[in-house]
Amino acid sequence: MAAVQETIERVRGIDVDQYRYGFETLIESDKAPKGLSEETVKFISEKKNEPAWMLQWRLEAYRRWLTMQEPTWARVDYPKIDFQDLYYYAAPKPKKTVTSLDEIDPEILKTYEKLGIPLREVAMLEGVEPKVGEEDPARRKIAVDAVFDSVSVATTFKAELKKAGVIFMPISEAIREHPELVQKYLGSVVPTSDNFYATLNSAVFSDGSFVYVPPGVRCPMELSTYFRINERNTGQFERTLIIADKGSYVSYLEGCTAPQRDENQLHAAVVELVAHDDAEIKYSTVQNWYPGNSEGKGGIYNFVTKRGDCRGNNSKISWTQVETGSAITWKYPSCILRGDNSRGEFYSIAISNGYQQVDSGTKMIHLGKNTSSRIISKGIAAGKSQNTYRGLVTAHRKATGARNFTACDSLLIGDKCGAHTVPYIEAKNSSATFEHEATTSKISEDVLFYCIQRGLSQEEAVGLVVNGFVKDVLQQLPMEFAVEAQKLISISLEGSVG
Amino acid sequence: MTALLDIRGLKAEIDGRQILNGLDLTVNKGEVHAIMGPNGAGKSTLSYVLSGKPGYEIIGGEVFFNGEDLLALDPDERAAKGLFLAFQYPLEIPGVATMTFLRTALNAQRKKRGEEELSSPDVLKRVRELAKQLGIDPEMLKRPLNVGFSGGEKKRNETLQMALLEPKLCVLDETDSGLDIDALRIVADGVNRLRAADRGMIVITHYQRLLDYIVPDVVHVLSAGRIVKTGGKELALELEATGYAQYQNEAA
Repeated sequence: MAAVQETIERVRGIDVDQYRYGFETLIESDKAPKGLSEETVKFISEKKNEPAWMLQWRLEAYRRWLTMQEPTWARVDYPKIDFQDLYYYAAPKPKKTVTSLDEIDPEILKTYEKLGIPLREVAMLEGVEPKVGEEDPARRKIAVDAVFDSVSVATTFKAELKKAGVIFMPISEAIREHPELVQKYLGSVVPTSDNFYATLNSAVFSDGSFVYVPPGVRCPMELSTYFRINERNTGQFERTLIIADKGSYVSYLEGCTAPQRDENQLHAAVVELVAHDDAEIKYSTVQNWYPGNSEGKGGIYNFVTKRGDCRGNNSKISWTQVETGSAITWKYPSCILRGDNSRGEFYSIAISNGYQQVDSGTKMIHLGKNTSSRIISKGIAAGKSQNTYRGLVTAHRKATGARNFTACDSLLIGDKCGAHTVPYIEAKNSSATFEHEATTSKISEDVLFYCIQRGLSQEEAVGLVVNGFVKDVLQQLPMEFAVEAQKLISISLEGSVG
Repeated sequence: MTALLDIRGLKAEIDGRQILNGLDLTVNKGEVHAIMGPNGAGKSTLSYVLSGKPGYEIIGGEVFFNGEDLLALDPDERAAKGLFLAFQYPLEIPGVATMTFLRTALNAQRKKRGEEELSSPDVLKRVRELAKQLGIDPEMLKRPLNVGFSGGEKKRNETLQMALLEPKLCVLDETDSGLDIDALRIVADGVNRLRAADRGMIVITHYQRLLDYIVPDVVHVLSAGRIVKTGGKELALELEATGYAQYQNEAA
């Protein structure tokens, strides 16, 4: 009987509508007037108590944006977005300054608890220190910055990070407290004029994370930010800026979720990374924005510009992404390999199911000498989704000895989805060595039957095979997130076969 | 006593082509049955129909497994209830360690039976013990399932899975194919260890030589989708001498 019940539950569970994070937090919020104008930009800047230079920066971006057109080259299809029909700022009330976690609205804390993100510094408060030699990797300390709609609600482990000299705070605070750093680096990797969505973000971004790791410091813990869109009709425009000074190291992870809604919501973030001489930044993303329901209604439009600048010699930037959510993903985390001997890496798992559309990849721009890059992309298309890898590898005329290795593998589940690979390769230096490998395969019925004959359900079999397919990339994630990502991959593919 | 497996008048087709033409077979607990027959007789089809592979349509007959209507069960439920098929050509799963596969399969079956799932260390202990008995290098457990395995390693791996999952009925589909004589002996030793009073086996083979190592209690000749002759283990030797020609004629 148990087996039968199990089957019934499984069958019920087979529906892409089973988005685990689709709940809404009922909380009052403080919103900017609907629509976008200079007034909106000023409103946001004022709310954030920003200095005049910041407002000017935003306004320039806004004026620039007015002259720009939405890009249409990506293989995604969606109705025209009415930018005047959106809210550009929403902050949970009350508005008084929060100085400790106890002052945060308990509803918000509950939201993060539901998401499995502990904001309370339990280990610190209880004085629980792992015994030497039996450190549990799953319980390693992770500093979290939680961004709810447009504002950062909590940043944990601030004091401990400060001791190491690491600055980890909401960017709105950094603008006030470290203006010299922000002014120096903001827009230096993704200029305000970069592209339609990045420019829009520059005008209206409301919060995000700021990280500065001083010379020679190895950041003592993983840093992470959790983004949550809660409000209706609200765009989220976060801005992240990470600077690793000479010889430093930092590993950063972002996670994203949103409630389940019928209308589409816009997310247009900008992430800028700067790595100086001998510095290394590892940036991991687990993107699980609401993907829309099984008929393709609702879901997040995810138009994101992420770029890292290996500004110094021997620097390294590594992007790892697990993309399972969003109705539309338009995202190309890139590396500018400016410093000699600098290295860029891009590891990606992009899963699309239902009616999701993914157009994602990377750009590796080799400028310095003996620079190298590595791209491993695993695309999995199921349901009626379209999944495109779009990548550019380019070597500047002076980039002697540039090397790239690219491997793009696509896996198709079912016969109503599509996988596409669009690689652009430009070598302007004759000493460049670029390798490109690509495969497309269909999940084999025989392999699935083999698993099922051993007792796995159809869903479990697909999950197992897909997890095997993406293993090379999963291994790049910090261990505690790899397990979570593995589960997420299985959940995302529910209902993909049969 | 209820038979472990009771097949009555089974008829099945694939792509509109009828392969099984009213097959009858009864296997009791503790018995090892060999099914021999020429190519195209329906040997592999029988193993796929029993295990529920998609694409085969049952157009007549009944199958009872421990008294239960086997054909009404989903393939994974059949597995959980103790039906195991050792594949003629085991499949490869890149990126999935053999150990992970074994653990996932065992726990999937346990869950379906309403039993508690075993922890990774517990499974590891069991698998290591069994691997040792079967002469399997523990390093093999770390490699992706069947990827780059030799023919002998693949078949040994099937035996390991069988030993771990402790099925009630084992169907071995041409286990001897692709094996040299040494590998065959090792695999047969593994299978013989699993012979038990409460377990039945169906050994499907084209050649008699496998039956020198796995000695059956009953031998059946399958031709044109039906059992045309049943006898003791000496029937296999007889077939080796005379070939299948006479049965093919009979069936035609």
